[in-house]
Amino acid sequence: MSDFLELFAEYSPLFLEATSVTLRLTAAALLMAMVGGAVVAALAMSKVRPLRWLATAYIGVVRGTPLITQIFIIYFGLTAVVTLEAFWAGALALAFHNSAYIAEIIRSGFQAVPKGLTEASRSLGMSKVKTLKRVQAPLALRTTLPVLGNQYIIAVKDSSLVSFIGMTELFQTSRNMAATTYEPLTAYIVVAIYYLVIVLALTALVAWLEHRLSAHRRPAQA
Amino acid sequence: MSEHTTPTDGQPIVQMRGIVKRFGTTTVLDGIDLDVAQGEVVTLIGPSGAGKSTLLRCVNGLERITDGTIEVAGERLSYTEKSLNHLRARIGMVFQSFNLFPHMTVMENVAVAQREVLGRGKDQARSRGAELLERVGLGHKADAYPDNLSGGQQQRVAIARALAMDPAVMLFDEPTSALDPELVGEVLDVMRALADDGMTMMVVTHEMRFARRAADRVVLLADGGIAEQGPPEQVLDSPTSERGQAFLQQLAEH
Ligand SMILES: Nc1ncnc2c1ncn2[C@@H]1O[C@H](COP(=O)(O)OP(=O)(O)O)[C@@H](O)[C@H]1O
Ligand SMILES: [Mg+2]
Repeated sequence: MSDFLELFAEYSPLFLEATSVTLRLTAAALLMAMVGGAVVAALAMSKVRPLRWLATAYIGVVRGTPLITQIFIIYFGLTAVVTLEAFWAGALALAFHNSAYIAEIIRSGFQAVPKGLTEASRSLGMSKVKTLKRVQAPLALRTTLPVLGNQYIIAVKDSSLVSFIGMTELFQTSRNMAATTYEPLTAYIVVAIYYLVIVLALTALVAWLEHRLSAHRRPAQA
Repeated sequence: MSEHTTPTDGQPIVQMRGIVKRFGTTTVLDGIDLDVAQGEVVTLIGPSGAGKSTLLRCVNGLERITDGTIEVAGERLSYTEKSLNHLRARIGMVFQSFNLFPHMTVMENVAVAQREVLGRGKDQARSRGAELLERVGLGHKADAYPDNLSGGQQQRVAIARALAMDPAVMLFDEPTSALDPELVGEVLDVMRALADDGMTMMVVTHEMRFARRAADRVVLLADGGIAEQGPPEQVLDSPTSERGQAFLQQLAEH
């Protein structure tokens, strides 16, 4: 046990640095994926049939292939034509992947907004954009927040695959540790602890946001 | 035609001419002509599926008519986003299912469109909102969320929300049909007071008490057309049309 703690402490500077890489990588990917997901969701709900097909095809490809192949294809595909750091290649690959899942979440959130509420807003003279902003989006966000949070957690863990294109993020750091210490079990338990802490923090954040956004569902204070 | 009082000061508030509405191949409204005068309360009755909701929804453009023309407050209804929004701001609509925005407080519900559509400032929107909540007897619920109100209270907030836009006409689509019987009265009271204050109203309802006491005219819709119309006593007590007699017969059996 004391050996474990010693190694844990010794490697903590490297792992903290790597935690920051993993977080930045995932954050960059998810920011892009929220925009991408919103666009794909808009295509999927479009009145123009070819645009819906495009969205369906995109989602089908992402769902139908392993993430690791998507990462390799995007990395080798992009670096063949432009010079791109592994960080951005990895972030783009994760964004490409998560956009599809986030699009589905956004779409289901909008479809869950009762039609009557949209009609009530429109019948007050609120434009499509104002209705989207004041009624549909806030309500969609409230219903999708738990699922969205879940997708973010998956994204954090999936970012470990970016180690295979040469990113020294959390998982790669544990592989390096295993190679130098000849203690693979210790190394992978250490990295598991780091992931777990990130995921627990994220879970708490989402729960807090959910609470903030659900005032309307709590009984009135006396 | 009926002998209802004709408007004295010219133009009707709502003028519908030759309204045809089809959904695919089914014709729901088949050439309706209907005027509603300033301050007039028109009650629409008729069997389920007669097209009462559809007719109301055509007035504010929630449904697009297949043929005919609609004018509200002298403005011709057209289906560009801008003109729809402009006209809808002048037409209040109250739905069977209330449709309050659940993520907003009662005050935010009555203020949001005043701010977004009429461009009123926060204070102005709130004071107008408070006035109207007071008027529907819910001044003390301004900070509550809709989920914490009874159905009757929610519907009264929905009425206040529509009134806050200072509409030229109010449309009600079975406003009490989703309510428990003991909550119907409070909503009808508000509507009756509104009618007494001279609001122009089109009301789809099965509440014959309301039709008798508050309506200037009852319009019976059946088979895509107006089967009968006139003062409440005439249409409800001595209908002349076959459809009118059949409908009343049906009501009496309940
Ligand atoms: N969006 C729609 N699509 C197809 N048919 C519709 C739609 N809305 C209403 N209808 C049909 O139009 C007819 C009239 O409906 P509605 O206006 O709701 O009647 P009412 O309010 O008098 O009960 C019904 O047969 C209904 O099925
Ligand atoms: Mg109806």
